Amino acid sequence: MTMFSSRNWREYPQRYRYEATRFIKSGKTYFPPRQVDPETGDTDRVTVTLPETGKVITYTVIRTPGAQFKDLSPYALAIAEMTDGTRVMAQMTDVDVETVKIGMEVRLEFRRIQQEGEAGVIGYGYKFVPKWF
Amino acid sequence: MREVCVAGVGLSEWGEVWRKSIRDLFVDAATAAIKNAKVDHLDSLYVGCMSGGLFVGQEHLGALMADYLGMAGIPAMRVESACASGGMAFRAAFLEVASGASDIVMASGIEKMTDVSGDGATDALATAADQEYEVFNGATFPGLYAMMATAHMARYGTTREMLSAVAVKNHKNGAKNPVAQYPFEITSSQVGNSVMVADPLRILDCSPVTDGAAAVIVTTPEIAKKLGVPYVKVIGSAAATDTIALAQRADITVIKSATLATQRALKMAGKKLDEIQFAEVHDCFTIAEIIVAESIGKYLPGKAGAAILAGETALDGKFPMNPSGGLKSKGHPVGATGVAQIIELYKQLVGKAENGRQIPKSPKIGMAQNMGGSGASSVVHILEVA
Repeated sequence: MTMFSSRNWREYPQRYRYEATRFIKSGKTYFPPRQVDPETGDTDRVTVTLPETGKVITYTVIRTPGAQFKDLSPYALAIAEMTDGTRVMAQMTDVDVETVKIGMEVRLEFRRIQQEGEAGVIGYGYKFVPKWF
Repeated sequence: MREVCVAGVGLSEWGEVWRKSIRDLFVDAATAAIKNAKVDHLDSLYVGCMSGGLFVGQEHLGALMADYLGMAGIPAMRVESACASGGMAFRAAFLEVASGASDIVMASGIEKMTDVSGDGATDALATAADQEYEVFNGATFPGLYAMMATAHMARYGTTREMLSAVAVKNHKNGAKNPVAQYPFEITSSQVGNSVMVADPLRILDCSPVTDGAAAVIVTTPEIAKKLGVPYVKVIGSAAATDTIALAQRADITVIKSATLATQRALKMAGKKLDEIQFAEVHDCFTIAEIIVAESIGKYLPGKAGAAILAGETALDGKFPMNPSGGLKSKGHPVGATGVAQIIELYKQLVGKAENGRQIPKSPKIGMAQNMGGSGASSVVHILEVA
């Protein structure tokens, strides 16, 4: 799918800086950001930064990826619960896919995610790496 | 609301149907349904389709299909809710007849999936997930359900044998279904040794890519009686939604939209779950049938896998699930699936399931559960013999 640059840069705050929404009334944080709190309907909110570490709550190893990710296959994909309770889905990298497991501690790192064709937009964002420090 | 019934059904050929276009497949199913119901006109038409745009570069399917059915002039609309498009189209037709706005409405579903490569199909199907926060990061549909499976196995001890049992059972039923794309039996070891797609899901845990169409005539019992055709009553219809992204759900081992839609449909029907005698459920992956069986309330969380392995949901079991062969064996043309589920309920309830696929002891009430994405939408219908 052709990705215009606006579609890409619109996501920079979330993908590059891990910006999330915290609603004033409920105190709940959501990532990606939302305009309306699903729990309270509240729209009063502030932007907060996600904690960079969390634990894997589930994962898979993708062996038949979509066209954009052929060169990375097989790669692990995981959902982690961050230290503030928010949940993030991301690829895992710098890890042997066979060693990924539930409970594994991970850290968000800024990485190249995908490139659209030979001369297309390069999409950057976050991946999980094993937390070792 | 008026009483509503299904008074005629039609299916196209299902499978890799390269000779036929999306419009040919639709017209095959639609003309069969019209003939079956003996109706001479339609008041309106709903076409369920997930992605005509990505699979064949064609949108505006309501008008196209009405035109090629020879009925340009009637109101026609395309309905989309990813893989639940067919069930939602049926619900739209149900509501239009129930409201009294129309008397004879066609609910149809269509998907033409083999005009693109495997990659093209993977990418088109992935648009049912959160494009910016799941697919952007490399998620695929098997990958999303695989993550549900990993969590379910870790939490409840669900096993490889339990996953395989779903595929084995559905292929056993589908082997007797003349429309099935893969009408043959498979063994547990074949499933367990098939190629890995997204751990722990293997290729034989996954429903296939299918071309196919399905159509039903939705009307009132009075009109069906006048037409002199068999009919079954639609006594419950409900839909529900959940977060689009899997990561946002409080519990990823349950599909809450299926729970909510089932509860609402039962309430409308004035029935208890125990009164439902069989179900067609959305087994896009083996783990989906296990989770749905628990989410609709039929089994306690973590208990469906063992029950399926023990044969409780076989054709002659306590609660037959997917007598048609399910998405796994019958095939999964995503927009058509929800309508085809209704057709299976109709056939079972009027006693016309083919080739020894009929559920013993003539069931009186059945349920269809059709869902979109990783469960962000579900639609449930309850049908009863007239």
